[in-house]
Order: sequence, then C-alpha cells, then structure tokens
Amino acid sequence: MALPNKPVGELKAVRDPEVDKRDVDVLIIGGGMAACGTAFEIKKWASDDTKILLCDKAALERSGAVAQGLSAINTYIGENKPEDYVRMVRNDLMGIVREDLIFDLGRHVDDSVHLFEEWGLPVWKKTDDGKNLDGKKGQKQGTLKSGATPVRTGKWQIMINGESYKRIVAEAGKLALGEDNIVERCFIVEILNDKDDPNKIAGAVGFSLRENKVYIISAKVIMVACGGAVNIYQPRSVGEGKGRAWYPVWNAGSTYTMALRAGAELSMMENRFTPARFKDGYGPVGAWFLLFKAQTVNGLGEAFAASDEAKAELEKYAPYGTAAVTPTCLRNHLMMKEYKEGRGPIIMKTTDALAKLGETMSKKELKHLESEAWEDFLDMTCGQANLWCATNTEPEKKDSEIMPTEPYLLGSHSGCCGIWCSGPDEDWVPDAYKWGYNRMTTVKGLFTAGDGVGCSGHKFSSGSHAEGRIVAKSMIQYLKDNPDATSFKETDQELVDFVYKPVRTYLDNYEYTTAADVNPKYCKPAGMAMRLMKMTHEYGGGTATYYMTSGKSLEILMDLFDYFREDLENIAAGDLHELLRAWEINHRLYTVQAHTRHIQFREESRFPGFYYRSDFMGQNDEEWFCFVNSTYNKETNEWSLKKVPYTKIISD
Amino acid sequence: MPSFVIAEKCDGCKGGDKTACMYICPNDLMVLDPNEMKAYNQEPDQCWECFSCVKICPSQAIECRGYSDFVPMGSSVVPMLGTEDIMWTCKFRNGVIKRFKFPIRTTPEGEANAYADLKGKDLGSGLLSTEEADGYELKAPAELA
Repeated sequence: MALPNKPVGELKAVRDPEVDKRDVDVLIIGGGMAACGTAFEIKKWASDDTKILLCDKAALERSGAVAQGLSAINTYIGENKPEDYVRMVRNDLMGIVREDLIFDLGRHVDDSVHLFEEWGLPVWKKTDDGKNLDGKKGQKQGTLKSGATPVRTGKWQIMINGESYKRIVAEAGKLALGEDNIVERCFIVEILNDKDDPNKIAGAVGFSLRENKVYIISAKVIMVACGGAVNIYQPRSVGEGKGRAWYPVWNAGSTYTMALRAGAELSMMENRFTPARFKDGYGPVGAWFLLFKAQTVNGLGEAFAASDEAKAELEKYAPYGTAAVTPTCLRNHLMMKEYKEGRGPIIMKTTDALAKLGETMSKKELKHLESEAWEDFLDMTCGQANLWCATNTEPEKKDSEIMPTEPYLLGSHSGCCGIWCSGPDEDWVPDAYKWGYNRMTTVKGLFTAGDGVGCSGHKFSSGSHAEGRIVAKSMIQYLKDNPDATSFKETDQELVDFVYKPVRTYLDNYEYTTAADVNPKYCKPAGMAMRLMKMTHEYGGGTATYYMTSGKSLEILMDLFDYFREDLENIAAGDLHELLRAWEINHRLYTVQAHTRHIQFREESRFPGFYYRSDFMGQNDEEWFCFVNSTYNKETNEWSLKKVPYTKIISD
Repeated sequence: MPSFVIAEKCDGCKGGDKTACMYICPNDLMVLDPNEMKAYNQEPDQCWECFSCVKICPSQAIECRGYSDFVPMGSSVVPMLGTEDIMWTCKFRNGVIKRFKFPIRTTPEGEANAYADLKGKDLGSGLLSTEEADGYELKAPAELA
C-alpha cells in the first residue's frame, strides 16, 4: 500500500519559497563552453563597478556538452584561411548560412585554443619526422601559439587529451569572473521583458535546485547560452538507455525557448542533427574515419558510399553532393537508402583499418594505436568503451555497427538551428545582418552564443568559447550605450506563483489518490517527457519513419502540441528535482514546436538524411534558397514565420 | 550505463563540506539520503554516464553499470583520476583486462592563467582582450563573392 503518499525526492518542495532578489548589470545564463568564454573575457572590458552574475543549473566544473571531456578540438584554423572555413561550413549545411558570423568566428577561434593550451590542456603534437606525440610528451615541441604542429585528423580538427577539458576551461572562467559572481544549481526558466518596451529585456527568474528559493534578477543585458535540445524526439533506447543520448541529456532547449518567449527571432530551426555514431553507445566516429581511415560497408559487405549508385544519388544534390567532402546530412542520406532498401545494417570495418595501419607499424606503435582508439571513447563517451567490453569487442578483432541517432537540435556542431543574431558592425557585412551589437538577438539587450546562434554551425567547443568571449565584449558595448536601469511589470508574487506553480499543483492534489504518480488532477514530468517524445517520433520525422514527415502528419502534431501545452498548466512537482524536470519539459515543448513549425513552413527537403518532407521531396532552390525565421508571441500564443533572403559574402 | 553507489564504501562525504557526487552531477541525479548518510542516483534513466561522480568520489564508492536495455552484463570500466593523468581499467565480459593511462593536464590544478590584471583598451574594436594585447590584427575577408 502506497499510503501515506509523499514526494520521492530528498529535497522536498514547499508552497512558499524564499525570494532572493538580485540587481545586476549583466546576467549570464549557462555554464558551458560559451558561458565560460564570457566569464573569462567580460571583466577585461567592464568597468570595475559593473555587477555581473552567472547562473548555471549545474556546476561549472562539469556542466554543458564538454562535461565528460573530448578527444579532439574540431575547430582550429591554424594554417588554413577563415574563408575556407566559411566554405566548408556553407557546403556542409547545404548552402544557407550566415557567412558573416562564421567568418567572424573563424578569425577569433584560435585565440581560445591557445589559451586552453596555456591553461594546461594537453594538445597532441607532430614531431619533425611526422610522428604523433600525446599532449604531455608533445610539450617539448612547444605550444601551438609558438608554431608547433598539431596532430590533425581532418583539415580543421586537432587531437587532445581532453578528459579534463571542461574542468580546465571552467577554472579559468571562475578565476576571471570570481566565485562570488557565480550561482551554481540555479535554473533560470524565463526571461522578463521591460515594462515600457516589450522588445527589450529587463531581467529573469529561476529557482534553486538545492533549497526552496526563487531568484528574481533585474538585469540590463543578458546572455542566454544553455546549449541545444536533447530528448525532444524518442531516442532509440527507451529504457535506462534514454539517458545515453549522443548530446548531453540535460540540454533541454532552454536557450531557444527562453529567447523565443522573450520575443527573439529564431532562424533555421528546421535544421537538426542526426549523427551517425556507434550503435547504442553513441561513441564518436570521427577518429575512426579520419585518423584510422576506416570504411563502412552495408549488410552485404559492399562499400556502398563509394558505389556508382551513391555517386548518382549525390549528384542530385549538386553542388553540395558533388563537393570533395560530402555534407553530413547526405552521408546519412546514403545510409538511409541502404536501410530502406533492405541492405542494412551498416558496419564500421575497424578490423581492416587497424590491420592496414599495422602493416607499416612496429608492435609498440600498434599498441599505441590501440590505446588511441580506446582513448577516443574514454575521453568523451565512457559508456561506449563499456559497451565494447560487455560485447567482447576488441576493435582489431571485431567490427562494430554504426547507425544514425534520433534528432537533436543545436547550433554549434554539424547543425545550425538557433537565434537570429547581429553580425559584426563592419563594412563587409550586409546591412540586413547587423544591428549594432555583435551576436545580439532581435531583442534589445539579449545576446546568445554557442548553440544559441543560428545559421553558423561547426563552431564546436572552441568556437563556442570564442563566441562567448565575443559576446562578453559586445555586452559591455551595449551596456555603455544603455546604462539606464530596466524594470519588468511582473510582481514578486506573480513570479513566485509562476515558477512554483507545479509545486502548488502537487501539494493541492497529491492526497487524492493512493499512489503519487497516477492522479487525474495532474500530470508528472516523467510521463510528459514520454508523451512529447512519442508525438514527435511518430509525426515529426523521428526514427520511427526514417526521419520522414508530411504536411498532414505535422497538422496532427500541431493539434497534439496544443493539448500538451494546455496540460502543462497541470504539471506537478513534489520535490526540487521534479521541479527542474517540470520546467525542462516546458522548454523542450516550445523548442521542438519551433523546429516542427519550421519544417512545416519550408516546403522542400533541404537536408536529406536529417529529415524529409514526403510531400516536398528534393530541394527547391527557386523558392527556398533562403533562411526561414520565426517569432512567437507569448501573450497570444501565435507563431509567425517568414522567408529571409540569403546573401553570399565569401566567393566560391 | 547509470552510476551506482557501493553501500559499504559510501560515507556520505562526512568529512567534507558538501557531498562530492551531488555537487558535481551535471544532471542533478546524485542525492544524499541524510538518514542513512549514503548517496544514490535518483533517476538512472537520465544518466549520461559522464562519469563525473565516479571520478570525483573520494571513497571510490561509485561505478557505472551498463544500461539494462542494451548492455550485456559482466564488464566494467573504472577510472582513477589523478592530478596529471587518468588511469582506466577496462574489464571485458570474457575476462580480458585492458589498462590505459592518459594525460589530463599539464599545469597544477588551480593555476590556469585567468589574465586577471588584463584590461582591454579599445572597446570599439572587434578584438578580444588577449588578441589586442598580442597585437593581433583583425582580419576582414579577402575573397569576397
């Protein structure tokens, strides 16, 4: 018998939390690579009396996408030209990108990488005779900044020993900003607009995950950088394994939702990322393709990606499909073709790759190579290493399967959804792409970085950090021009009621039934999470349909979203952890709604392999070679979508 | 591969000012049962297996067990985080054991150079503070469409 019914978490929620009011100049929401970049940079430009606060829902030392570590830095320009970086990103994202933002990132990113190395991140080096040294032994070659040669796996990637990457970067950010200016375990849930100017920010509200406390923060300028969105589509593993997402499972779309609810224009939200990774463990494949030169074959053992049929398929998507490097979505598209025509599964030939490399290597070098293969997993996806152990997989003896994942939304990896931001205020940037402050959204005083900035993918960890630094300087420029205090119309009581509504719903109703999770008077976050993922999975182009959707499916999905949004009024949380989940599911809803509304609006299939519109297959450059931007009005619950012209800045 | 806490080894971080695993978990999963003074993972199906709690635990009381929906039993992956290196012991289902050691940082912990005294000069320029200090010149695109 379940009675007496009670919340399960250790930190029980109470009806009336304490209120902690803060009045600052600058508020940084997030604690990942971008926010750490801002934390490092901002005081170098701010006057000494500037009040700055950073709120992270986790602990800076291990928050964000790099929490676990990384085995490579994927954006280091080095000997390359930023123009070529723009060309690479443009081709990978099927032609429609913001070249001003990408170029700007490309010219700054190396400075962040140089800092990482100075702070203690071990970076692999090449010896003069072309051998690879790990980051510790490689120190004798000097630093990247002093001209040492990194170990490149592709044109843009460099290898690192990155288990403690985030700890190192967070340490510098914390030292620079000062611990007193950082509040960890504070989940900001809504940005507040100015009472006199609805297109300007004035503050934000959130709550503590450790005590019953609501934070009400007045701010003159805000950066929101809380990563992308995960678990917005049903994952391939739906039991315990749904936490083993490729991107960090705690990325709840907070960046996009908080920005769109504040009135910010979003761009290219139709874009998504469905990375092909080692099946189930979601371990990285980059080193296997690029460093170990492994090939994939279909279930018949055929190197399908190199076949004449594949070439003919790619030609349909020229010039992108016929470029030297095939865009990520089209590589997926070729895999989808194999699955649909019954030629799966797709196998990574790790055995052949290591055997081939072994032909020219000594035993010692081969041992080192094996260690590198394992480090690739252990640095960033420990669970994949365990999956290999559990299935007795030694990569030199047994091949592994790879498979495209469920959809993710992000703007920093091989995807480009996000917020429409101003580019740098320079002559070469088209007028339509700049409105004064670099990386400011269309809402005055609201900035973003990393996964938040749309139309500019392939920043990865280093680029997100550099972008956070760019934003730091821009925010101080904005603050100098806009020093006046801001104020929002909501009262303290209204804000507490808003944030703690799920707690009140729980406390008002939990005694009605004998088991807390089944109660007709409320819904719980765990059930709502599954409900959201089921609807998008089936109607929004999830893995259920090989990423296929249609106008009719989307119409049904929009109806389901309406019920869902109404039901969120009745979501219940008995403890602080559940309150976190209640707000995350709210953020996930608006984000995935934006995503699917963009897919509905863009009547073509711009990114085959990421998603398809069955009623508009193929690309239609005549009508759709443009951005799609959207806004949301939280007072009226109305979405508006429009086309925005693309301008090519860098030559072919 | 959710984390689990070995009951006998966990002391609830009695000696510390906060529970290490609860402090570090990026997804707010690790909590302390104050009556038993033992920590546990309160939501295993939201565990990203990032190993942050495993690596930070001062009692080596936390490990990860493969996700029940796709990982066969019997293996383990155990890290030992030092100040300069990390050691990994990977045990296969069939008993094979592999050990690896990788560097993690080249400077003493706590000594990352935050450039605390650096102040930018030209707020109007597009240069970052350390770029300005290095005399870096802001590039404009040379190959325009």
